[in-house]
Amino acid sequence: MPAKLSMEGLYKVFGPAPEEAVKLAREGLDKDEIYRRTESVVAVDNISLEVESREIFVVMGLSGSGKSTLVRCINRLIEPTSGSLAIDGQDVLALDEGGLRQLRLAKVAMVFQHFALFPHRTVAENAAYGLKIRGVSPKQRREKAVEALAAVGLDAWADAYPSNLSGGMQQRVGLARALAVDPEILLMDEPFSALDPLIRRDMQNELLGLQERYSATIVFITHDLNEALTLGSRIAIMKDGSFVQVGRPQEIVSAPADDYVANFTREVDRSRVLTLGQIARRDRPLLEPQEEIAAACRKLSASGAQALLVQDSAQKPLGSVSAAQLLAADPAARVESVMERPAITAEAETSLATILETGGAGAPVALVDKQGRISATVDPGDLVNALAAARASEQPISQEKNVTAGVHNG
Amino acid sequence: MAEHTGLIEWFSPSTYGKLPFDDWVEWVVRDWLVPNFRPAFQAMQWPVDQVLRGLDAGLQAIPFPIFALVLVIAAWRFAGGGVAIFTLLAMLFIDAIGVWAETMTTLSMILTAVFFCAIAGIPLGIAAARNDRFATTIRPVLDIMQTIPPFVYLVPIVMLFGVGMVPGVIATIIFALPPIIRLTNLGIRQVREELVEAAVAFGSTPKQILFEVQLPLALRTIMAGLNQTLMLALSMAVIAALIGAGGLGLTVFTGLGRLDVGRAAVGGVGIVLIAIVLDRITQALGDPSLRKGDWTFNGTAKRLLGLAPPGPAQR
Ligand SMILES: Nc1ncnc2c1ncn2[C@@H]1O[C@H](COP(=O)(O)OP(=O)(O)O)[C@@H](O)[C@H]1O
Ligand SMILES: [Mg+2]
Repeated sequence: MPAKLSMEGLYKVFGPAPEEAVKLAREGLDKDEIYRRTESVVAVDNISLEVESREIFVVMGLSGSGKSTLVRCINRLIEPTSGSLAIDGQDVLALDEGGLRQLRLAKVAMVFQHFALFPHRTVAENAAYGLKIRGVSPKQRREKAVEALAAVGLDAWADAYPSNLSGGMQQRVGLARALAVDPEILLMDEPFSALDPLIRRDMQNELLGLQERYSATIVFITHDLNEALTLGSRIAIMKDGSFVQVGRPQEIVSAPADDYVANFTREVDRSRVLTLGQIARRDRPLLEPQEEIAAACRKLSASGAQALLVQDSAQKPLGSVSAAQLLAADPAARVESVMERPAITAEAETSLATILETGGAGAPVALVDKQGRISATVDPGDLVNALAAARASEQPISQEKNVTAGVHNG
Repeated sequence: MAEHTGLIEWFSPSTYGKLPFDDWVEWVVRDWLVPNFRPAFQAMQWPVDQVLRGLDAGLQAIPFPIFALVLVIAAWRFAGGGVAIFTLLAMLFIDAIGVWAETMTTLSMILTAVFFCAIAGIPLGIAAARNDRFATTIRPVLDIMQTIPPFVYLVPIVMLFGVGMVPGVIATIIFALPPIIRLTNLGIRQVREELVEAAVAFGSTPKQILFEVQLPLALRTIMAGLNQTLMLALSMAVIAALIGAGGLGLTVFTGLGRLDVGRAAVGGVGIVLIAIVLDRITQALGDPSLRKGDWTFNGTAKRLLGLAPPGPAQR
């Protein structure tokens, strides 16, 4: 199956000599030199990417790095100078005007940084805009618009005008307008940048929920790495029109490709990015409740752990026992007599910070799979060490502390 | 004079004779435009004549009290109580000084001119907003139309159209056309780029962008242009009377001819009062809060009758 969205060697040049500039860029000249020779700006420089269905692909970079230009090439609000672009394997650059309009009507919706709501239309009419353009009947489009507004919690405001709404609410309307057309691909150009940090955090969490419900593929632009890490299934770091690194959030944070990327990641709270899966051990023995303490002690010392998990016959976590509890007990007794219930459980994608906030630093953590079976064990010692290492690499002045847990359950 | 003829005179073209510019214009108009195009221009009169006749007959047929009442209610609902009271007093005064019929004639001329300005000017303004080259082409034409004294084009108008009400209206149209074109162009260009981009991103056709986004958002500016066009048309009332148009302009003009200051003042006051009333009402119509309301026939009627507030529909 082809990727949902793919581009190959995409260039966009603004200025009088686009072809010439692309040729020079292919020869490897730098942007300033190309500008000196052709008075043209290479805004997108040889970008190739593949976005899988239902992925949130985040493009992150400083202002002027070409993010807006890149995302507008996808629905051809900006015409790429060179390269290829396909959605569901269909060549987008070959589309004529009608085909392009069809793509925008049926597949690709967009959310804008400054909301771009129509001030002369009510909230419901704004949300219904795409449907109106599609030719949906007034009654039906009102229904769908109100449904989309309900999804973003604004159905009570359907008949208000955008000017009566706060910034956060306006962007929810922007989101509803895009969701109302059931897009397969959602392009979001810094949608939350104009909002204040607490509202931004809420909107990020809400977006994750909406994405699952509407099962859209999202290309999300931001200049905020925390936002990128919270939302992204994959993140591309963009600089001067090219990608300097593309990877999963953990890869970006744990192995920044160069100083440009490292400059961003230095400011981020690693404990929010590192997941339990990364420090879990799969070779830790598991105890049965009916096991004798003596046998449990032997397993414990052989493994070198300070505590072990206890599982039931279905491999579900029951509780845990520490070395101290085992040593103090009668060797002939059963494990269940000293076991602490219940076991702390988490998923592999849970971040270190989240497990800390839920009070899980003292006992082993059971990582469970979708069926609730134990797949690995996180030693309390490993957890503390990893947290200490993450916090130590933080800069003394870190940015606003995250208030709510930014867990990403992929 | 010979002693004054020096080197400096070499640089002044008039030393070498006079350029017969006046003869050229005369030739173009009289020997080329009139014989070749007079039928075409005559044909152009026809629609203007129809609209003018219809409007004039209609306005003259409405009895004074009814017309005054409708206008007062419109003023009250759209522009508020103060304007309504002013409108009432103005109508009573105009009737009292005996120029009601002339006022209706002037009004029908003005409305005819504004009607044709709107149906020609708004599309031209839209075209100018969408095409930079067209905009730069018509800008000097509009500049000329606005700066050339109307007396200058009265002569060719008479040569092409003859004298009477219709040529008067045509002169008025030429004079009053530029603001509606300019402000339609400006209004559309002022619509935030981002909103147009959003419309494109959701798959709008150029026509949908125009009607769903650009025109509604430019409406306030377009209404301001229409208001200016209306005011310019009124200011042409007296000049149009020079080529045979009737109404209040004719009252002023005959007063002027007989040095009858009283008669001229009667016509002048009528023009000023009708100008103020129309200005206030059309300005109020451009108010965006009014536009958000219910503008169906029913909604408008209710509003006029005071059954619904003039502002936006209530939530
Ligand atoms: N319409 C345009 N004409 C000329 N240059 C442009 C245009 N749009 C963007 N650019 C240039 O392209 C580069 C990338 O801009 P943009 O994509 O807006 O960056 P970002 O969204 O990352 O801030 C910048 O150097 C900008 O000046
Ligand atoms: Mg941008």
